[in-house]
Amino acid sequence: MTEIWMWLTDLGNSKILALLIFFPLFVGMLLYVYTGKQRSERLESYKNIPLDDEPNDIAQKGGK
Amino acid sequence: MAHSSAGSVEQYNYDIVKKFAIASLIWGIAGMFTGVWLASELAWPFLNFDIAQITFGRLRPVHTSGVIFGFGGNALFATSFYVVQRTCQARLAGSRNAHYFMFYGWNGALIIAGIGYMMGITQAREYAEPEWYVDIMITLVWLVYFWVFVTTITRRNQPHIYVANWFYMAFILATAILHIFNNLAVPVSFTGAKSYSLFAGAQDAMTQWWYGHNAVGFFLTAAFLGMMYYFVPKQAGRPVYSYRLSIVHFWALGFMYMWVGTHHLHWTAIPDWTSSLAAVFSILLLMPSWGGMINGIMTLSGAWDKLRTDPIMMFMITALSFYGMSTFEGPMMALKEVNALSHYTDWTVGHVHSGALGWVALITIGSFYHMIPKLWNTELYSMRLVKLHFFVATLGIILYITAMWSSGIGQGMMLREFDEYGNLANTFISTVTFMHAPLVARAIGGMFFVSGMLLMAFNIYMTIRNAKREPAVGSVAQTVNA
Repeated sequence: MTEIWMWLTDLGNSKILALLIFFPLFVGMLLYVYTGKQRSERLESYKNIPLDDEPNDIAQKGGK
Repeated sequence: MAHSSAGSVEQYNYDIVKKFAIASLIWGIAGMFTGVWLASELAWPFLNFDIAQITFGRLRPVHTSGVIFGFGGNALFATSFYVVQRTCQARLAGSRNAHYFMFYGWNGALIIAGIGYMMGITQAREYAEPEWYVDIMITLVWLVYFWVFVTTITRRNQPHIYVANWFYMAFILATAILHIFNNLAVPVSFTGAKSYSLFAGAQDAMTQWWYGHNAVGFFLTAAFLGMMYYFVPKQAGRPVYSYRLSIVHFWALGFMYMWVGTHHLHWTAIPDWTSSLAAVFSILLLMPSWGGMINGIMTLSGAWDKLRTDPIMMFMITALSFYGMSTFEGPMMALKEVNALSHYTDWTVGHVHSGALGWVALITIGSFYHMIPKLWNTELYSMRLVKLHFFVATLGIILYITAMWSSGIGQGMMLREFDEYGNLANTFISTVTFMHAPLVARAIGGMFFVSGMLLMAFNIYMTIRNAKREPAVGSVAQTVNA
């Protein structure tokens, strides 16, 4: 355990550590975004949010 | 045409958005005019009239701070508050005092900093020239900005936080971290302006360029991408091409930008591996950048005719094209061999301006032409002026960057040229003589761009003036209808 801690705190290993942390995170994010049909559909449905604020424009114009 | 804006006042707070938008335009014209003056000083040096306060060294940070933090910063305050309210369908958090504190604090800090530069007060850190007292003012404003933005998101009536807000949030957080760490300094006294950095030597240089390039990455890129992800779909009337691509764009961009700052220090006294790491990440950065550009441009898929018929769309798509071009040019210049030629030449200046004018300014201008009429609940005074503005601005940018390519690449090649005995083939002054014609062309390019900004200011002024006249007509009509 002490050896692992010493390895982690050695600045010379920071590049490997960064790779071990960030690369799986990035791959995990890609898998999350592009797998699962339902999830993909849900994520894509959010693209309409800017267009959904149009009824509010109408509301600003006195509900016309 | 215009309608009563009573409803909008209740639902959203546009008052502070309007203030920041107008301030942005004023800073834009002032900062860009200063830039043209500086460009003219380089072409015709007598223009500094031997007045210390307007010599190139003192006026240059007035230009950079004016356009980046004055024009760009105010535009980001304005659009982020507009976008977060509309995509969260919630009124902006914070009291009127908090909003006014941000507005006057931010602009007051910029004015104090600008006057200081002209008096020779600077901590000589690029894009972070203000001394410690202005840095503290900016930090306080930024804390309030963070609180207002996050609180508005927590009060949203929309279950999902739209991706534009992610980009704005990343910009606010990253800028806070960058600003605080880059400006860690010890004042000589609390009654004097001078301070000394907490860092020294190579570490100080690396901290500065960690800040410098991430200011480009998070202030001038991520935040304006937030603008793009809202205003391009709105103006196109169609959703963004791929929401999933925007998620990948966000995380990849946020992760990679943090590593690339050291490419500004190639061939200097820094560890070689940091230089190589920065070059590698700069190349990798091309992928998310182009992914985002393609996502924005493909939003027009099926409505390409808008590129012919809608001048506001022309601004936005041209901005994305310049984004793509400058994010290709940047990684190329980050390669050590290319950098050996390009660094310390006008090529760098041209590259910066293809991003700053082509991407940042054009996407801001397009977004403002969309947003400002909505803020005043009216229509633009003249779409023909928008079209004229587009062509004047684009011509100005092209003239600017091609002049800088000629000047910079020529300058770089002359400085590297050796004769048969291994001596430098050219004197420094011969490179200056060579650069004169491109420097004149650059100044003229800048003049074109500022002329476009003046057209915009007139168009916006007339739009607001008409809007202020029309509510009276609207209220009469409402009374009649009642």
